[in-house]
Amino acid sequence: MNASRVGAIVVRMAYLYRGSPQRVFPIFIFVAVDILIWGFMTRYLNSVSNAGFNFVPALLGAVLLWDFLTRVMQQLTMTLFEDVWTRNFLNLFASPLRTSEYLAGLLIVAVTTSLISLVVMLILAQAAFGLSFLVYGAALAPFLMVLFITGIALGVAASALVLRLGPTSEWLIWPIPMVISPFAGVLYPIAILPGWMRAISAILPPSYVFEGMRAVVDRRPPPWDRLAIGGALALLYLALACLFFFAVYRSVIRNGLIARYSAETVT
Amino acid sequence: MRPGGLSDTSARMNRPPPPAILKVERLEKAFGAMKAVDGVSFCVAPGEILGLLGPNGAGKTTTINMILGVLEPDRGRIEIEGVDIAADRSKALSCTNFAAVYAPLPGNLTVEQNLRVFGMLYAVKDLKARIEKLLSVYDLVRFRRTKAGLLSSGEQTRLSLAKAMLNRPRLLLLDEPTASIDPSNARDIRAGIAKFVDNGLCGVLWTSHNMVEVEAVCDRVLFLSHGRIVLEGDPKTLPEQHGAASLDDLFVNVAHETLDGGRRR
Repeated sequence: MNASRVGAIVVRMAYLYRGSPQRVFPIFIFVAVDILIWGFMTRYLNSVSNAGFNFVPALLGAVLLWDFLTRVMQQLTMTLFEDVWTRNFLNLFASPLRTSEYLAGLLIVAVTTSLISLVVMLILAQAAFGLSFLVYGAALAPFLMVLFITGIALGVAASALVLRLGPTSEWLIWPIPMVISPFAGVLYPIAILPGWMRAISAILPPSYVFEGMRAVVDRRPPPWDRLAIGGALALLYLALACLFFFAVYRSVIRNGLIARYSAETVT
Repeated sequence: MRPGGLSDTSARMNRPPPPAILKVERLEKAFGAMKAVDGVSFCVAPGEILGLLGPNGAGKTTTINMILGVLEPDRGRIEIEGVDIAADRSKALSCTNFAAVYAPLPGNLTVEQNLRVFGMLYAVKDLKARIEKLLSVYDLVRFRRTKAGLLSSGEQTRLSLAKAMLNRPRLLLLDEPTASIDPSNARDIRAGIAKFVDNGLCGVLWTSHNMVEVEAVCDRVLFLSHGRIVLEGDPKTLPEQHGAASLDDLFVNVAHETLDGGRRR
């Protein structure tokens, strides 16, 4: 892997972010709005509920973690879309750039912007609603890592779909996290879902994260064995997503789509 | 040399042929039932400008896309500097570059940013100095901080050419490089490319529908029709050999398939 070529993809995005507040704004705004809505919602629930249950870490914390996964996926796909919108695939892939280097560049951009998002989330949640993830210490890291890997896997798979189905697949890509969320048990325990939904939950890494986080918030021991299953699933999906991306790339090179890439060329 | 952008190629035509920079062997590509490229073989030697001519749909761009590694041939072999593109695409393309009217550089980056990003993609040494040189050569200094999307089509073409020269390519693919450029600039650009080629290190594959330009610039031309090479030779002597008054007339004949058997070589 050539560092200069990976760097080119990263530098390109840095130039775009530097000269474009409209690209920087969404890194913070979606997260901030979610935190405000769910922060006040949990504060309200705490005030009307006599359950003696603190909704802030259970709900706001869960929303915050889900936002993190969504940001990772969307930042990766957005970086690819920059090349879709500027019809830049021919220039890129007629250069010595390898597919793995392109993917590595997309990943670095997604990781960097998502981490910035995460820091903003943590600061805002602490400042406005007193939710501090720091109290969970290093125990939080494996949970974040599983979400992070899942977000990357989703982003890589979504990018492959864009490459294969064309720019109009944008409509298909953005709702993916929303479609997954009911099965992931972000805001409620998996146990309340009907059997067929639980079966789907069992193959979704985030469901293990959110179940585990609920245990941590309840001051029960973290279910590391369950989280390990989630982690293994996330890694499996990442490997499958990368294989899918490479397979799609080979297919668009075979049928010439990459050289004629536009909304109208996709069959 | 080609003074004023006009060609004087006879001296170079008489040299013994050096090893080819580009070797294309029995290339084939079909899209469904339609054969876009059908058994095309040719070479580009160092210091040679080879014109790839033919009517729309003849297979020129398909051939170029296969050489650029963005389209996989059904059959055949492409070697750039002795490297099989199917075996090591990245290495083969590191000494190649291209400019095409249908591949503008990202309009949301400035001229200088585009050159920097593509310079990094081609791992250009001493990139800052190279960019300064190309900005000056292609008269883009005053646009260095202008977004590429705001440039006129002629300026965008000059930017594409500057990008194509970033890595001092051994093989340069130019698909209608002067299509949207005024005659004065086009002449300068032709002269610049000819000078670049005259060092004998670089070979150029050039497509154009401007036959005057082709005659002025190209050492040799290939006429493609229905994905096959139907004619090959010196653009200055080829029309007479085939009973045409000019290269332009010969082009029209090929386009209308009036040549005997449609496959003269």
